[in-house]
Amino acid sequence: MTLPDLQALLFYAVAVLTGLCAIGVVVTQNIVRSAAWLLFTLGGVAGIFFFLGADFVGATQLIVYVGGTLVLVVFGVMLTAQGPFISLRTGAAEWAMSLVVGLLLFGVLAVTVAHKETWASGRAPAEKQKPMVIAEDPDSSPNSVLIGHGFLGQPIGPNKTAYLLPFEIVSVHLLVVLIGAAYLARAKRRRGAAANAADVR
Amino acid sequence: MPLMFAESELPETGLTPYLILGALLFVCGVVCMATKRNAIGVLMGVELVLNGANVNFVAFAAFNPAFQLEGQIFSLFVIVLAAAEAAVALAIVLNFYNNHMTVDVDTAEELKG
Repeated sequence: MTLPDLQALLFYAVAVLTGLCAIGVVVTQNIVRSAAWLLFTLGGVAGIFFFLGADFVGATQLIVYVGGTLVLVVFGVMLTAQGPFISLRTGAAEWAMSLVVGLLLFGVLAVTVAHKETWASGRAPAEKQKPMVIAEDPDSSPNSVLIGHGFLGQPIGPNKTAYLLPFEIVSVHLLVVLIGAAYLARAKRRRGAAANAADVR
Repeated sequence: MPLMFAESELPETGLTPYLILGALLFVCGVVCMATKRNAIGVLMGVELVLNGANVNFVAFAAFNPAFQLEGQIFSLFVIVLAAAEAAVALAIVLNFYNNHMTVDVDTAEELKG
C-alpha cells in the first residue's frame, strides 16, 4: 500500500466516522449523549481540516470549538438537565416529516455537488483536482505565519488581501458578547425580594 | 519547512467527498434544529450547520489555487462568531430556565422574562 492510498483510506475513515457521529447527534433522544456525539463530530471535522492542509484552522477548531464552545454547551446541559428535560421526546409525525425534509435536502445538495463542473459554465475547469498545499516551495511560509500576518494588516496570498479591520471588528464583537452574556446570565434576585428591599429602604 | 507530501504523492480523493461531508453535516444540523425540543439541542444543530459550512470553506480553499487563504480565514471568523453565538444563546437559555423552569422550546411561547 502506497502513501497516497493510505492517506485516502484514512480520510475516508475519518469522514465516515464524522458523518456517523453527526447522525448520532440528531437521532439520540438523550441530550447528554447528544453532547458527547457532538464532541466526536467536532473532533472529526478538525481531522478533516488537517487532511486539507489547513493546520491552523484545525488547531483553532480543536482549541476554540472542542475546548471552549463544547465545554460551554456541556455546562449548559448540566445546569438544565433536571429529570424530564434530559430526554424530551419528539413526536413520530414530526420525526417522519423532518426525516423526509432532511433526505430531500441532502439529495438536492448531493446532486448539486455531483454536477459541480457545471457551476462555473463560463470559465475553464480547474486543471487539477488536488489539494493545493500553500507552502509548496520551501521559501514560502506555513499557514499560521501567513494568517497571522494577514490579521495584522499585511497583504497576504495571491489576492493581496489584508484582514485587520475584520479582525478588529470580531475582537470588539467578542468583548460586547462577553459583557452581554455575563449580563444575561447573572444571578438575579427575585422580583419580590427586590421590591421588599426597596420598601425597607 | 512544513511537513507535506510531494506533488505526486497527494491523495486523489478530489473535492467531492469533502462537499458531500459538508452537505451531510448541514442536513444533520437542520434536522437537529427542527426536531430537538431541548433548547440546547437546537443550539447543537446550529453548531453542526456552521461546521458543515466550515468544511465547505476550507475544502474549496484547498482545491482552488486562487483563494488559498481566504477560505481558511473565513472559517476562522466563523469559529469565533460561533463561540460568541453559543455564549449568548446559552446565557439566554439559562435565563429562560431560571424564569420558567423549563428548556422545552415548545412551551417557550412568550419571552417577556
